[in-house]
Amino acid sequence: MDALIGAQLFNGLSVASINLMAALGLALVFGLMRVINMAHGEFLMLGGYLAFLSTSLLGPAAGVLVSLLVASVGAAVAGAIVHLLVVRHLLARPLDTLLATWGLALILQQLARDLFGPIGVEVALPAWLSGTAGESLAADGDGLALPASRLFILAAAAAVLGVLHLALRHTRLGLAIRAVSQDRMMAAALGIDVRRVELAVFALGAGLAGLGGVLLALLGPVTPTVGQAYVVPAFLVVILGGIGSLGGTAAAALLLGLVSALAQVVVDVAIAQLVMLLFVILFLQLRPEGLVVTRSRALDA
Amino acid sequence: MREPARLFVPEHGGMPRAAILVGAGALALMPAVLGPYDLALLGRFLSLAIAALGLVLLWGHGGLLSLGQGLFFGLGGYALAMHLKLAGTDGAALPDFMVWSGLERLPWWWRPFESPVFALAAVVVLPALVALLLGWSLLRRRVTGPYFAILTQALALAFVTLIIGRQAVTGGFNGLTDFRTFLGVDLPTREARTALHFVTVLLLLAAWLAVRHALQSRYGLALRALRDGENRMRFLGYDPLPWRLAAFVAAAVLAGVGGALHTLHAGVISPAQAGIIFSIELVVLVAVGGRLSPTGAIAGALLVNFARDRISSAFPDLWLYVLGGLFILSVLVLPEGLAGLGQRLRRRP
Amino acid sequence: MSPLEPLLAVDGLVVSYAGFRAIDGFSMTLGPGETRVLIGPNGAGKSTLCDAIIGRVRPTEGRILWKGRDIVRLDEAGRVALGICRKFQAPGVLAGLTVAENIGLAACRTRSWWKALRSRRPTDRPQIVDEVLEMIGLELQRDVPAGALSHGEKQWLEIGMVVATGGELLLLDEPTAGMGPQETRRTAELLRFLGRERAILVIDHDMAFVEQLDCPVTVMHQGRFLAQGTLAQMRADPAVAEVYLGQAA
Repeated sequence: MDALIGAQLFNGLSVASINLMAALGLALVFGLMRVINMAHGEFLMLGGYLAFLSTSLLGPAAGVLVSLLVASVGAAVAGAIVHLLVVRHLLARPLDTLLATWGLALILQQLARDLFGPIGVEVALPAWLSGTAGESLAADGDGLALPASRLFILAAAAAVLGVLHLALRHTRLGLAIRAVSQDRMMAAALGIDVRRVELAVFALGAGLAGLGGVLLALLGPVTPTVGQAYVVPAFLVVILGGIGSLGGTAAAALLLGLVSALAQVVVDVAIAQLVMLLFVILFLQLRPEGLVVTRSRALDA
Repeated sequence: MREPARLFVPEHGGMPRAAILVGAGALALMPAVLGPYDLALLGRFLSLAIAALGLVLLWGHGGLLSLGQGLFFGLGGYALAMHLKLAGTDGAALPDFMVWSGLERLPWWWRPFESPVFALAAVVVLPALVALLLGWSLLRRRVTGPYFAILTQALALAFVTLIIGRQAVTGGFNGLTDFRTFLGVDLPTREARTALHFVTVLLLLAAWLAVRHALQSRYGLALRALRDGENRMRFLGYDPLPWRLAAFVAAAVLAGVGGALHTLHAGVISPAQAGIIFSIELVVLVAVGGRLSPTGAIAGALLVNFARDRISSAFPDLWLYVLGGLFILSVLVLPEGLAGLGQRLRRRP
Repeated sequence: MSPLEPLLAVDGLVVSYAGFRAIDGFSMTLGPGETRVLIGPNGAGKSTLCDAIIGRVRPTEGRILWKGRDIVRLDEAGRVALGICRKFQAPGVLAGLTVAENIGLAACRTRSWWKALRSRRPTDRPQIVDEVLEMIGLELQRDVPAGALSHGEKQWLEIGMVVATGGELLLLDEPTAGMGPQETRRTAELLRFLGRERAILVIDHDMAFVEQLDCPVTVMHQGRFLAQGTLAQMRADPAVAEVYLGQAA
């Protein structure tokens, strides 16, 4: 039983890592522009298919590493296009943005279906990712077997989180992002090109999701609707984590991943999903000052 | 966090009485004109229009976008379908799919649905209760805008996952189907179909009148005021919670009634009529027809669905592209839908 | 309520945001029917005080007494129902509604959604709407969408909405922000008229406007009470001159 819980926790961690990769981009974009990009899951899907293409062309060993680059750049470019064509025109209308990006998500899913077929594709794992670590622990027959692919996912997510944290703290773009997130008007008055920062963040968020897509391809098949499966929990992560804090997003991803994994020890996946949702709604009840803290002088900040 | 203020003049007698009579008259003639297949198709679309009317109130005028209306549609549909399933067992103790799953006894929560009165009441009460609970817990904490949309969507997803995961007691992915009789009437007969059509048209008319009345009343005015200036209203002493909760519950009930009617017309209810995609399709009906206009929502429901029927039978792969394109276009080019277009054309000298 | 009891008493109020004490032990009282101006340099805590009185922020310490009763635990709607109403600095009119509808909703006595369903009129007190429209001089614009008004007219409309709620205390946060001298003078006239029947607490920076109001002044500085008296007395006060008037000059 302990081993079961341990394995569940470990699985929860790797799913949380992918949710985090999806949620980081969502949270950055939401913090900056107050819009939710419903096509964000499709950037994950895109990353997954790019990983599939890379490993098919280059073989599993080199393919996985190359795909990390290809998928993040590819998704970032796609993100930039989406921003320029759709999101940019709808900035003051968050609910309309939500609908338009949803329409885009439907189109991208159908495109994937037409290109790769409705059934998922599998990414071939290189040898160094298909083993398990920790066999020595399993000597008594009751220990933990940690699949290497899941360890890799954890490490990758941690590395991305670290790099992103440093980038936001110490680069000019990071400074601009923090400035625009806090006060658009003021940032614009200081000469920051707000539109370019928004474009950069949208592309960055999409790129992170593309990277997440490679990671999820290591866990299972890539299907046209794989993004949907991951993006709904990612939305919940964003709500739970609050606005404007990487740490909050990371903690929320971890918390939800663990809640869901532990719930699955007792109940099935379907109930676990409901438990996760109720957990978020309950959390909102306990947060004393509502979600958005309004500013003082104007009615609507 | 607010949508741009729109200058909206509710349809104060703007809809000529003649047009309403023509519309209602045309719908009344349909059973004589259409074959059984097309009549059932029309019935399904009219049921969707009832659910769409709720979104005009909630989203168009209330500013609350629910991406989980499928949940309420599904609750209404399943509540009635459970009764239909039990009524059609022909003396067998269990519905067919339960027998196939090896169940020996009816689950306790199925029992009350043996009564048609209970099932009909549940069509209204179940969605209302769920909306009341969910709406109260979210709106009380001032959860609106994208957060509200995301959380309602997550609940619809959880509902569907639950139904699919509990195949033995819910019918799972395939849903509940093969209904034979309701209130002692054989469902497949022509007379039953015609009666069902008239019931649907009457309920749609009642829903249309009720939503229009609400929008033209002071309630509608305050709802729009809360949409455009929530905080100003709060500091004028209006507590937004009951006003918005009322709209959410009303929209849920309309979705539930639509779901029950849809189940009768389609002869099936399945997770496909409760999930995320279905919920968002309801939104697109309203977006295309005009989110502010009850009449527009009905027109949108009919137009989009007939288009879908034609396109997806001729080019099955094309429909999702069209649907996605409709979203983007309606939002970017026609934010007030066909009704807004009509109004703009009429105003031009 | 005894005749000597103040309408509003703020007692030892502290509001802190993550350690920063925006209001730091502030106290003041306001009698029924009294008009008072609150001045102080930027960051003195004037708007935050309004926030605390209307219920937008919760004080960390201290009491806010309305006719002797502590109202700290009431929500915004509850405080408006008692008779406190606030105008914000940036005009917060309901842009999509007409001028008359804006005032009508504010004047409406019943706040029940259920009763509102049964009425097609924007208000149940139309005579108040007419009175207020005349008072703020927007009779001719009554059917104009509020979003189409000029900036100054929006300020008046919002004052009118606050008046229409029938409040005994009006909190006006910079009612002349963005107004020219002509409009400012009209606003001062309007407030002097309104002050005959209700208590008003005004925040403003414009000394010419404060002079025209001709009423007692309270000075805040860094979240604390600094001084109180007539504007002339305040101008003569060296402490005030140092933190505020000196700075402005």
